[in-house]
Amino acid sequence: MPEERIKAPKMKRFRKNKLAVIALFLLFFMGTVAVFAPFAAPHDPDEIRSTALEAPSVKHFFGTDDFGRDIFSRTIYGARISLSVGLVAVSISVIVGFFFGMISGYFGGFIENFIMRFVDVMLSFPSIFLILAVQTMLTPNIYNVMVVIGLTSWMGVARLVRAEVLSVKERPYIEAARAIGASGPRIMLRHIMPNVIAPVIVAGTLGMAGAILTESALSFLGLGVQPPLSSWGNMLQDSQAYLRDAPWMSLIPGLLILFTVLCIYLVGEGLREEIGR
Amino acid sequence: MKMPRYILKRLISVVPLLIGISLISFFVMHLAPGDPTALFVDPSVAPQELARIRANWGLDRPVFVQYFFWLKNAVRGDFGTAYILNRPVMQIIAERIPATLLLMGTSLFFILLIAVPLGVMSAYKKGGIFDNIVSVLSFAGMSIPSFWLALMLMLMFSVQFNLLPATGMGEGFADIARHLVLPVLTMVLIGFAGLTRYVRSGTIEVLRQNYIRAARAKGLPERTVLFKHALRNSLLPLITILGMTIPDLFAGAFIIETIFAWPGMGRLGVGAIFSRNYPLIMGVVFISSFLIIIGNLTADLLYSVADPRIRAGRKD
Repeated sequence: MPEERIKAPKMKRFRKNKLAVIALFLLFFMGTVAVFAPFAAPHDPDEIRSTALEAPSVKHFFGTDDFGRDIFSRTIYGARISLSVGLVAVSISVIVGFFFGMISGYFGGFIENFIMRFVDVMLSFPSIFLILAVQTMLTPNIYNVMVVIGLTSWMGVARLVRAEVLSVKERPYIEAARAIGASGPRIMLRHIMPNVIAPVIVAGTLGMAGAILTESALSFLGLGVQPPLSSWGNMLQDSQAYLRDAPWMSLIPGLLILFTVLCIYLVGEGLREEIGR
Repeated sequence: MKMPRYILKRLISVVPLLIGISLISFFVMHLAPGDPTALFVDPSVAPQELARIRANWGLDRPVFVQYFFWLKNAVRGDFGTAYILNRPVMQIIAERIPATLLLMGTSLFFILLIAVPLGVMSAYKKGGIFDNIVSVLSFAGMSIPSFWLALMLMLMFSVQFNLLPATGMGEGFADIARHLVLPVLTMVLIGFAGLTRYVRSGTIEVLRQNYIRAARAKGLPERTVLFKHALRNSLLPLITILGMTIPDLFAGAFIIETIFAWPGMGRLGVGAIFSRNYPLIMGVVFISSFLIIIGNLTADLLYSVADPRIRAGRKD
């Protein structure tokens, strides 16, 4: 397979992009800690440990919150929620975007027109508004957050995939596949998809950063992940009232969001440079 | 003489967009379980009275009939009467638009003021220390949750040092300006990143062109090459990007207005969503989408004015 030969030097170059590699490593680390939260966290995140609003100390690295819960443990459990919301939401948006982009690029004509106009409509919405509206109507919980974010962020991927499909579908090897009688879905999945997947992975990576930010904003407004589950966003919501008395309550989850999203962006940019688009 | 035709074509394309937007927002709202009367009307009220209120608000009719009536009135600029407030939606929104435009306009001004020079300079010294610092800063800007940045700025400037007011808008020029600082600062710190990166990549692209080499070969000073020959061309796509940034600015304004209690459309909309004030929600969604579309359209038209190649029909 010629692909193998192309892949190897690409990975090597990616590894040379030090910042992206460090970021990837840190993300991997955070992911591991999140997965093994029960072992990594020193305390039960919901257990009332001490007096409320204790400043950071050796006993409680990040201090305690308004209920006297250990913030360090809560952020570790929060990572689970925030990272999985980001991952699932972006998977939904990539799958939906891929589907619409693929069929509109492949079939063209009326289908393409209809889907692309729909994309225009969705892009002209202030999407945060749509998300907020849907979330107030549904019972806000973690699954709705994933679905709503996914279903309001697929348009970029759809446009991207459509453009890629358009540029690929007139190539001789597609014609060859058609000539030997391959079916439409087979051509799309086996022959076109591998050739358009790279930019989609980049878009997906960058999309995950956006999804995590959106989740945090939603939870902050009280329309996202609901207590007693802790996400970085809803920890910030709790912290608002104690801005003056317990600044660490708002400082730490915010810095974690910033840090995580930054790492994801760096990895995404590293990948983007690799595929050269 | 192709210009008017191009404009007309673009203007007509706005209509189905607006209808699509209103359809989606209307049905998303009305197909949701529950009823706004449950929130607004005293539950002890008699059933006949409740039925009367529902009829009064038009809620007793089928959803698509409701939509049809809404659309019919909306075409004439009448978005109905807001629940509870009992005032025309259009009037309420009209009161709030200036505050939002002030916030967005000021932010956009400063974003451009920062992003264009930063982008051009980092493209010019690509890979240098300056470029790297700008890169890191803009990635950081893209990664900060806006609401958190708002809280931190409040914590610093309002709570700790007591320099600036944290919420509200104030009255009179000086007071409004003081109230404007923190929300604008938040929006600029969040917003400059994306534009800086676009300007940077656009300028890098342009600097590779032959006419730049030609300009240098002529012996023009670097400053003239950079700001006259390169900048003009690298700013062209910026017009489109600006159009595309408007929805983001709106989205940002929604959250930032809510946190800073800035009396604009975003805060109005968020409040309306929380209280299920259907006519008000529809009005805010429709007007803000309308402004977004107008923004995009203006960008497209400006682009075609600035770049004759587009007018001639060579799109993309």
